[in-house]
Amino acid sequence: MIPIECYFALSALLFFIGVYGFVTRRNLIAMLISVELVLNAVDINFAAINRLLYPQGMEGMFMTLFVIGVAAAESAVAIAIIINVYRNFRSDSVDAIKNMKR
Amino acid sequence: MGNTVMFIILAVLILGSALMCVTTTRIMRAATFMLFVLFGVAGIYFLLDYTFLGAAQISVYAGGVTMIYVFAIQLVSKRTLQGLEERVKSSRMITGALASLLGLVVVGLILLKTGFYTVDMSASDVELPMRTIGAALVGAGKYQYVLPFEFISVFLLACIIGGLVVARKEEKEL
Repeated sequence: MIPIECYFALSALLFFIGVYGFVTRRNLIAMLISVELVLNAVDINFAAINRLLYPQGMEGMFMTLFVIGVAAAESAVAIAIIINVYRNFRSDSVDAIKNMKR
Repeated sequence: MGNTVMFIILAVLILGSALMCVTTTRIMRAATFMLFVLFGVAGIYFLLDYTFLGAAQISVYAGGVTMIYVFAIQLVSKRTLQGLEERVKSSRMITGALASLLGLVVVGLILLKTGFYTVDMSASDVELPMRTIGAALVGAGKYQYVLPFEFISVFLLACIIGGLVVARKEEKEL
């Protein structure tokens, strides 16, 4: 059996790789992909804590399930906004957007 | 033993793909490496005996969200697809690396200072039965989840309508 600290270490590394990507990249889609990495790190933590520390409950599993659903909806809306931004500004970089509407 | 080997393989896959995902300058490669990360996380769920969760991860994330990203990349960035990649300023790179290293050190110290009690692992090696998951998902009692289930369905509907409203072409107003 794998100790829970291994899952925590994996999840922390994945989380901060995502944070690094979010700070570094200036492309809107690349920033969204980094957010997905962060969300997946959190999901690993929820599932591992539920399985290894409280195996009689199911709260972490359902939390992960709902996070997956919410993340799918969030990325769909974000992609719609990005496509609209590209249509108006002809760019997909965050530096190009100074105002919400021009 | 087999679990440990599998966990190491999955961890190397996840971390390597995530590093490539945030460091590659081509946006399509970043999406592909994100797909590998999502498959690795699904493997972690299978390793934890959450089969339903792994199936949901593969079908929703790897099947749905990645497709949305690929479509968005094709629709948005013709420049980045043709090899002209984005520039990353080295000052921003150093700032990002410092910030994430600082956070990682803080989290690591907290993990090292905190001891976790270990529970009896003998019961946790069986798969969570689908009947239990389904009953908990639509039950209204304590530790049952019909309210968030209904809420997330309304939320998905709201997101569909919101996405359509945001992404539609506006008529020319003169």
